[in-house]
Amino acid sequence: MAADNSKKRLLLQGNEAIVYGALAAGCRFFAGYPITPATEISELLSVKLPQAGGTFIQMEDEIASMGAVIGASLAGVKAMTATSGPGFSLIQENLGYACITEVPCVIVNVMRGGPSTGLPTNVAQGDVLMARWGTHGDHPIIVLAVSSVSDCFSITVRAFNLSEKYRVPVIVLSDEIVAHTRECFTLPNVDEVRVVDRIGPNVPPEWYKPYAANNRGVPDMAAFGDGYRHHVTGLVHDERGFPTQQPHEIEPFLMRLHEKITKGFPEIMLSKSYLMADAEICVFAYGCVARSALMAVKNARAQGIKAGLLQLITLFPVPRKEIDAALRQCRVAIVPELNMGQMSREINRINQSGTRIVKYNRIDGQMIAPDEITKQIISVS
Amino acid sequence: MKNNSRYEIRFSGSGGQGIITAAVILADAVGTLDGKYVSQTQSYGPEARGGKSKAEVVISNEVIDYPKAMSIDLLLAMTQASCDAYFFEIKPDGLLVVDSSLVEQVPTSRAVAIPFTEIARKEIGRELVANMVALGAVGYLSGQVNLKNLERRLLTRVPKGTENMNRDALQAGIREAKKVDLKSLPRSFVNEWESEV
Repeated sequence: MAADNSKKRLLLQGNEAIVYGALAAGCRFFAGYPITPATEISELLSVKLPQAGGTFIQMEDEIASMGAVIGASLAGVKAMTATSGPGFSLIQENLGYACITEVPCVIVNVMRGGPSTGLPTNVAQGDVLMARWGTHGDHPIIVLAVSSVSDCFSITVRAFNLSEKYRVPVIVLSDEIVAHTRECFTLPNVDEVRVVDRIGPNVPPEWYKPYAANNRGVPDMAAFGDGYRHHVTGLVHDERGFPTQQPHEIEPFLMRLHEKITKGFPEIMLSKSYLMADAEICVFAYGCVARSALMAVKNARAQGIKAGLLQLITLFPVPRKEIDAALRQCRVAIVPELNMGQMSREINRINQSGTRIVKYNRIDGQMIAPDEITKQIISVS
Repeated sequence: MKNNSRYEIRFSGSGGQGIITAAVILADAVGTLDGKYVSQTQSYGPEARGGKSKAEVVISNEVIDYPKAMSIDLLLAMTQASCDAYFFEIKPDGLLVVDSSLVEQVPTSRAVAIPFTEIARKEIGRELVANMVALGAVGYLSGQVNLKNLERRLLTRVPKGTENMNRDALQAGIREAKKVDLKSLPRSFVNEWESEV
C-alpha cells in the first residue's frame, strides 16, 4: 500500500488517515455499516482493502459488523470496524464478547451529537464514558482520542499494536471535526511504521491451552484453522476455554483480564504536554478541543499568563500519573469538553491536591473556539 | 504570539453547489503543491441538497492549531442566504466575493460581484461548474495560491472526462477576477460604516 504513496504529501481527511493507519498496522478485514460522520472510512477501505489482499464486508447492521470483526480476528486477521454514536450503541453487545474472549480488534467511533440519531453532521464528545463503560460487566478496555490528521494515522497504528499485544479491544474516539478536517500528511514508508503482531502458540497443538496464563498475562493466541483446539465462549471460562463456575477459576481469570492492562500502563498511557514546564493554570483537553485549547494557551502566554496544556490521548485507562502531576503543579485546571463534563469527572476523581477544577462545556453541536478557552484562563488568572 | 500569516477563506452557498469540492481543491493545491500549512473544514446539514453549506480553508506559514476560521479574510457567497448569514464574520479589511447571478442585495461596496453561475451557463454551457468559476476568482483575488498549482489539483480532483470543462471554468473565473480593480474598493468595511454615520 505504501509503495505507490511513499513519501508523497497528501491532503487527507481524518477519516482517510485512519484508513491508511489501519492498513499500515496490518488491518486486513473490515466489517461495518455506513453512518455519518464515519462513512468515509468504509468508503476508502472498500477500495483499499481488496487491493491489499484483505476483505471488506458491509453488514446488515453494527451488531453483525462487530460479530464479523471478532470472527475475522479469531481466524488470525487484524480486523476493525468504524461507526458513530447510534452504531456504537449496537456494537456494545459484541464488544463485551470481544473483551471476555480476549479477541484483538479496533473500533473507531467518530462522535457526533446525540443521544439517539441526534445531530448527524455536528461535532460532540458525548460518548467518552460510553466508550469506557458501554458494555456491561467489569471489563478492561483501552480508549484513545485523536485530534489531528497525523494523529488519526499514528494513533490508529498504536491502537492495533496495543490491541494485538494485550488481546483487548481498543476504541479510537474521533469526532466530526477531526474526521472531516483535511490537512496535509506525508505517509511513512512501510518500514518506518512499528507494527506489533499477536504472539502465537509455541507448543504442539495437543499441549495448547488457549486461555492459560503466562508471565505477560496475555495468553498465546492460535488462529482458527491452524490445527489448535480453541473453544470460544462469552461465559466465564477456564484455561481450556470451556465454561466454569468454580470460584477458584473465575477470580484469577477476571483478575488477569484487568492485570494484563495494568502491567502495560507505561506504554498504554499516552498524553502530550505543551508549555507545561512552569504552568500555573493547566488546560486538560482531548480530541478536536485540544486544538482550540493549544491556541488558547498560546494566546494566554502572549498575555503573560502561565498556562499550559495536557492533551489526553489515552482516555481510559485514565492517565492518572500525568493528570495527578499536572494537578499538583497548577492552581487551577480547566477542562473544556463537548459534553456535560465526562472527563472532568474523572479528573475530579484524581484530584487529591485540592486544585480548583473549572468545567467548560458546550453541547450545541459547535466546536469550542480558542477565545472561549482563553476567556476561561483569563478569568481564573 | 499572533500568527500574522494566517489567512482564512470561507466558501458558502447551498448544498449541491459544489462548495466543499471547490474548497478541497484549493486546500490541496496550497498544501501539497505550494507547501504551506493548510486546514480545510466544512459544515453542512443532514440534507443531500439544499440547506446551508459552508467550507473553510485556513492557510498559514506555521502549524495550524485551531482548524476553523475565526475572522474571515475572504468570504465567497454563492447564495443570498449565505451572504446574509456570514457577512458579519469578515475582518474589517477582508473581502466579500458574491455570485451576482444569485446574490441580489450586496451588503457593502467592499465587494466583488461576478456572475459565476451565468458565466458557467453562457461560456461553459453547464451551470454545474459555477463553483469552479468561483474557485478561479477566489484563487486569484486571495493571492494565496499558485494558480498553475490550482489548475493541476483541479484536474486530478474532478471526475474523468470533465477535465476540460472544469479547467475552462476555472480560467474563466480567473479572467473575470483579473478585471476587478481591488484598489478602487473601500479599504475597510469599518471606514465605510463610519463615513455613513
